[in-house]
Amino acid sequence: MEQILFYFVSGIALASAVYFVLAKNPVYSILSLIVTFFCIAALYILMNAQFLGIVQIIVYAGAIMVLFLYILMMLNLNKGDESRKSNINKFVGMFAAGILFIGILGAYKGLSANYVAGNDVDYSVGLTKNLGKLLFNEYVLPFEIASVLILSGIVGAVLIGKKDL
Amino acid sequence: MENLVYAIILLPLAGFLINGLFGKNLPKIFVGSLATLVVFASFCIGVYLFCQFDSDSQPVIVKAFEWFRIGGVQINFGFQIDQLSLMMIMIITGIGSLIHLYSIGYMSHDKGFYKFFTYLNLFIFSMLLLVMGSNYLILFIGWEGVGVCSYLLIGFWFQNWEYGKAARKAFIMNRIGDLGLLIGIFIIAQQTNALDYLSVANNTSKFSVDSPVIIFITASLFIGAVGKSAQVPLYTWLPDAMAGPTPVSALIHAATMVTAGIYLVVRSNFLYTLAPTVQSGILLIGLLTAALAAFYALRQNDIKKVLAYSTVSQLGFMFVALGVGAYTTAMFHLMTHAFFKALLFLGSGSVIHAMSGEQDMRFMGGLKKKIPITHITFLIGTLAISGFPLLSGMISKDEILVSAFAKSPAYWGILFVIAALTATYMFRLYYLTFHGEFRGTEEQKHHLHESPLNMTLPLMVLAVLSIVGGFINLPHFIGHGHYAKLTEWLKPVLTDESFGQMEANIAGVSFNTEMILLGATVLMFFAVWFIVKNIYVNKKKLALPENQYTGWEKLSARKLYIDEIYNVLFVKTVEGLGRAGKMFDKDILDPAVDFVGEGAEDSGRAMKRFQNGNVENYVLIMSLAVGIILIVNFLLQ
Amino acid sequence: MDSTNTFIQTIPLEYFIILSSVLFCLGVLGVLLRKNAIIILGCVELMLNSVNLLLAAFSAYKGNGDGQILVFFIMVVAAAEVAVGLAIISMMYRNTRSVDVSIFNKLRG
Repeated sequence: MEQILFYFVSGIALASAVYFVLAKNPVYSILSLIVTFFCIAALYILMNAQFLGIVQIIVYAGAIMVLFLYILMMLNLNKGDESRKSNINKFVGMFAAGILFIGILGAYKGLSANYVAGNDVDYSVGLTKNLGKLLFNEYVLPFEIASVLILSGIVGAVLIGKKDL
Repeated sequence: MENLVYAIILLPLAGFLINGLFGKNLPKIFVGSLATLVVFASFCIGVYLFCQFDSDSQPVIVKAFEWFRIGGVQINFGFQIDQLSLMMIMIITGIGSLIHLYSIGYMSHDKGFYKFFTYLNLFIFSMLLLVMGSNYLILFIGWEGVGVCSYLLIGFWFQNWEYGKAARKAFIMNRIGDLGLLIGIFIIAQQTNALDYLSVANNTSKFSVDSPVIIFITASLFIGAVGKSAQVPLYTWLPDAMAGPTPVSALIHAATMVTAGIYLVVRSNFLYTLAPTVQSGILLIGLLTAALAAFYALRQNDIKKVLAYSTVSQLGFMFVALGVGAYTTAMFHLMTHAFFKALLFLGSGSVIHAMSGEQDMRFMGGLKKKIPITHITFLIGTLAISGFPLLSGMISKDEILVSAFAKSPAYWGILFVIAALTATYMFRLYYLTFHGEFRGTEEQKHHLHESPLNMTLPLMVLAVLSIVGGFINLPHFIGHGHYAKLTEWLKPVLTDESFGQMEANIAGVSFNTEMILLGATVLMFFAVWFIVKNIYVNKKKLALPENQYTGWEKLSARKLYIDEIYNVLFVKTVEGLGRAGKMFDKDILDPAVDFVGEGAEDSGRAMKRFQNGNVENYVLIMSLAVGIILIVNFLLQ
Repeated sequence: MDSTNTFIQTIPLEYFIILSSVLFCLGVLGVLLRKNAIIILGCVELMLNSVNLLLAAFSAYKGNGDGQILVFFIMVVAAAEVAVGLAIISMMYRNTRSVDVSIFNKLRG
């Protein structure tokens, strides 16, 4: 049953990722990316990473993709009239990505084919309560610095976007 | 005594420095007198030291400082005072001071007056270094020094390009000989681990007679002597060196520099006694040189060229003496030759001075009444060189003839003929110059005058020396050799083997034979004198321009075309090599280097095409590279 | 759901690894193929997400929470990066009226 679920969700993720890469209309491709993110969130929930799954939906699918769509529509680019690359370039690109894929897979040589989690694995790792404990006890410094990072991102974005510096 | 030795050599050096640095601003009389006085002072010191040396004295080594030590060979900078070096010192400084005095008058109108005396003093210094050095290295320094001074002095009137070429020719030919000398010195240092004469003499016992090493050493040293003393084949520079002023010809090319080769062989007598093969070679080359040069002198028209070839011929005589092992005989002839040849050259200078610079004998004649002192002294010199009885030239030349006879009568025969030729060309020279009608221009006739005292005084002194100089070494048969003072005096210089070889040589000739040979020579002299006087005075035969000679006369006048042959063989070859080198550099090396530079430029331009600013291309290549690295990593495990 | 999770006991970890690799390479493919700057930025987001997935999978399978904390921080950084990146893209559009990356080649050699 879990297998069917996994195949179904990952299949949709893969299909929408492919459409995202190949679509002509940029708005369609962003929408398919949103579908991909939802599938990934589903996978998070399935492996009991509840906090991550919710954050994925809120932040990624909810905020970032909306921002993408917003910019797209502001730039009025939904016609999809970008110039096409030459065939050779596309072929070489596919070749490069293929090589990369094979290379990455080569790194997994020697792995056992069936690693499943044993009985002694703590399943409650992904719960918000446990993650919060971890976040605020051991990783409090990166947490604070991350907030500074977001602040600098805000400042940077506003500054870049100004019409007259 | 050490201070005296230093004084001998440092006085001319001081004269050189003072005249060289300040001579331009000093009055001429001061420059000339200073130069003459320093050389004369060295001469006086030399005479004083001579009086303290007798035939038994051992060599005195005056060590100035330890110079360096290389690989077991210790070289000291020092001077060796023994009979041989004293004799050379007296000849050099004595005749040198006379020539300095002469030059005050001869060069008085020249603009480079102070320069001349600077070079002359430097030459005396180098020559003294050559003969006074205690080891072969200092000899070599002096050797090179006199070569340089010879170049400077031959090309003294450098504004004339031909004179400059003659100076260059002299220097380059000398250098060819110097290479042989250097190689000889190297092998000596390697074989005997020493370079000073006394140590090398002690070490020669380990060489067997005629071993390849000793032959190589002696042959190399002799090559140096060939270059410096103008023997076949390196003699063509000496006639061309007559381009220099006449005092230079007298000093360098008659009395001193060209005798350096003889000095070298006598100094190395311990080596040459062990190499009879090389001695035979020396003998043959000396014979050949004497014969060839005498042949050339028969039909030369320039008065100085005749004397130049005469010098080459007499040097050949000296080398014949060395070739038969008669070292003291060679030194004796060296001394007498210095006297009368310097006299002849200075006399010819006086003639040229009187003729307002004319050197061609075709335009001289009948000068004996106009320049009497020059005439008398020149006549004495001519008689001396030709072998007038009891004059110095006859005694020394006769000694060489007798030594050659002891080796083989054939050598005596050849030398006899050459002596006859000597008398012939000298009397031709004398009669053409001083007798008959004057054949020059009216203006020259108007200016004919005797030279001033500072030029005629050296002539007179040298004439006296030419007359009495032979009496210090009377022939063997007179008094059973007891009157051969010079031979006795020089004995310590030779090793026992060399002296024994010499004595054995002479002992092979009985007294009667010696007297007969002497008589033959005297008869020949008078016969030649009579015949030549007949031709040139009575029949009034004249000298022709060079291109009008025919037959053997043409070969003689054109010097057997040796100069032209050398030009084609060597000069053109080197020039061709130079041109080939230039072509190689310009057409092969330059483009090769340029090619490398352009290659770098072109590859840079090719690389530039990768940077097209296209982000997509950059990303593409980046991801390709990452993929390939991963795959290679994966494959390598 | 606290005590047992059959999901991670039946799906081998390799499936997640392969899925993550494919998503990543799809992201690379997108960067190489597309010319629209915004879509390229979206492909970068896809790559980041594939990495997030892998990290979270490892963390869940090992029972260690550090992986998921790292995912959290990656999301933070991605958010900031997208904000700044889109600001830059809008400046690009404002200057040249196009978001085609191939016209920005002024840095050519």
